[in-house]
Amino acid sequence: MAILFYIFAAVAVIAGLNVVLQRRPVYSALWLIVVLCALAVEYLLLGAVFMAFIQIIVYAGAIMVLFVLVIMLLNAHHEEPTHGSQFAQWLGAPLVVALLVEIGVAVWSWPGAAHVNPPPLRAGPKSVGDLLFHQYVLPFEVTSALILVAILGAVVLARKES
Amino acid sequence: MAQFAEAHFFLIESVVKIIVVLFVLLTAVAYVVWLERKVVARIQSRWGPYWVGPHGLLQPLADGLKFLFKEDIVVQDADKVIYWMAPFLAFTLAFLSIAVIPFGGSFQLFGHTIQLQITDLNVGLLYVFAVTSLGVYSIALAGWSANSKYPLFGGLRSSAQMISYELSLGLGVVGVLMISGTLSLRGVVTPQVGFWHIAGIPFLPRWNVFRQPLGFLVYFIAAIAETNRIPFDLPEGETELVGGFHTEYSSFKFAMFFIAEYANMVTVSCLATLLFFGGWLGPLFGPYWLRVILPVIWFCLKVFCFLFFYIWMRGTLPRFRYDQLMAFGWKVLLPLGFLNVLGTSFVIAWLHS
Amino acid sequence: MVPLSYYLALSAVLFILGTAGFALRRNIITIFMCIELMLNAVNLALIAFSRFLSDLGGQLFVFFVIVVAAAEATVGLAIIIALYRNHESLSVDKLDSMKL
Repeated sequence: MAILFYIFAAVAVIAGLNVVLQRRPVYSALWLIVVLCALAVEYLLLGAVFMAFIQIIVYAGAIMVLFVLVIMLLNAHHEEPTHGSQFAQWLGAPLVVALLVEIGVAVWSWPGAAHVNPPPLRAGPKSVGDLLFHQYVLPFEVTSALILVAILGAVVLARKES
Repeated sequence: MAQFAEAHFFLIESVVKIIVVLFVLLTAVAYVVWLERKVVARIQSRWGPYWVGPHGLLQPLADGLKFLFKEDIVVQDADKVIYWMAPFLAFTLAFLSIAVIPFGGSFQLFGHTIQLQITDLNVGLLYVFAVTSLGVYSIALAGWSANSKYPLFGGLRSSAQMISYELSLGLGVVGVLMISGTLSLRGVVTPQVGFWHIAGIPFLPRWNVFRQPLGFLVYFIAAIAETNRIPFDLPEGETELVGGFHTEYSSFKFAMFFIAEYANMVTVSCLATLLFFGGWLGPLFGPYWLRVILPVIWFCLKVFCFLFFYIWMRGTLPRFRYDQLMAFGWKVLLPLGFLNVLGTSFVIAWLHS
Repeated sequence: MVPLSYYLALSAVLFILGTAGFALRRNIITIFMCIELMLNAVNLALIAFSRFLSDLGGQLFVFFVIVVAAAEATVGLAIIIALYRNHESLSVDKLDSMKL
């Protein structure tokens, strides 16, 4: 099991690097889908079966399709080389390393991080659904309102003005 | 030692099952193509393929050879990597979902229980939906990467169509899931065993289609749209888009799209059989080996009926216009799916109280 | 089993990749995708916590994050389409009509 963690962690990091470094938006989107699938496998390893499949169905199968669709629609081929933002070029990399070090120190100095053998956890669709429709029913209803607003907003924004 | 032998047996069992299922599926795909040409020909008062083998039975083989030996043309301005990747993606995804489809009960061999299914996942249905939801990419990317206008239109149309109808596809199934309370494709068949009785006489098999007629209708219409078949074959509508998303593909890469489409048809028909028509259930009789074989035959017969229906529709119905397709999906099919879920939940709550 | 800190480290690396992309890239769609990458890094941390603290609540948080991400993607992409219609460009450097 541990070897699977390392393989898919490597896949996720390499794909993540490509999301950032690829020059063409379509390639970035495709690499992002690879990240999503690798993370879904990590979820499976963590026993979160339902969330792993939701990740693929909703994230990779619906949200990313929207991205690819918009890239195709706008025919976004190459990124134009930038002329501004000297700041990002010179200070960006050191700041990234600093952030990485900071998070690393925070994680390693926290005693709970060395957890190795957690008690078993039932995370099938049934237990997730039970929790969702009892304890978390209010946030669930609120998100439905959020989605309705989002649909309306998207229609209003993307409509051609006559 | 016993554990070691157990692991070996599991490995051999899995490999044998995978090989057999893949072989059967590929043959089935080849002969569905033959069947389609024959049936559509008879609907149009023609004879269809007749020259290669008796009744044209070797035609799929000839077609396959032809695909292999045709020149493989790559469009000059195509995005090469994605152009190559798209057909392989379509092919792989089409064959992945067969892994969780059960096609019979189980039987004993050398003291082991062998299930007639590659693997029984307890979230099998979610797995199938996950795989089909990724299938959009192969078509969208094939359309985009060829860098040509008709494929691009086909790809754009298909992404919009497949996202829209995926919702109805899921909603159509929810009613069945509420009744059976499981996501396992084997578990979903178990509650369908037996008959409804009228005055003590077995009257109707307890198939889900009789409890969920609306759910079945929504599922099946959405499934036809998902597999891009007539009357929803807008992504490849040949009279308006030349060939749709695969206009610029030739030779073996085209064959991969072609096989993927028919493999998807088979998967969707298997799913409809399992969820709504009692899967492999049917009359059982005779000695032990016949009781093992018969369920597989019932299952294949039911799937065949669906495939025939697909072909029949192709010979009968005209194509939708694009705005009609979208309006139908969002304004008719989706509300019907919601209505079905709502109605089912009320009935279940009423029965439990 | 792999200790919790490994999952957190993976999550941190992905999050920082997302941040770096957000700062470095000039195409607005790519920037948007980097935000999705950051969201996913956080999701991984949440699921790992949920496993190691044996609390399903973490997974439900991920569920809500995915729902919100879907809503965010629809509105965000609609805004991008509207922007493209008005400016004929996807580069964030050229979207400076609000500058003094």
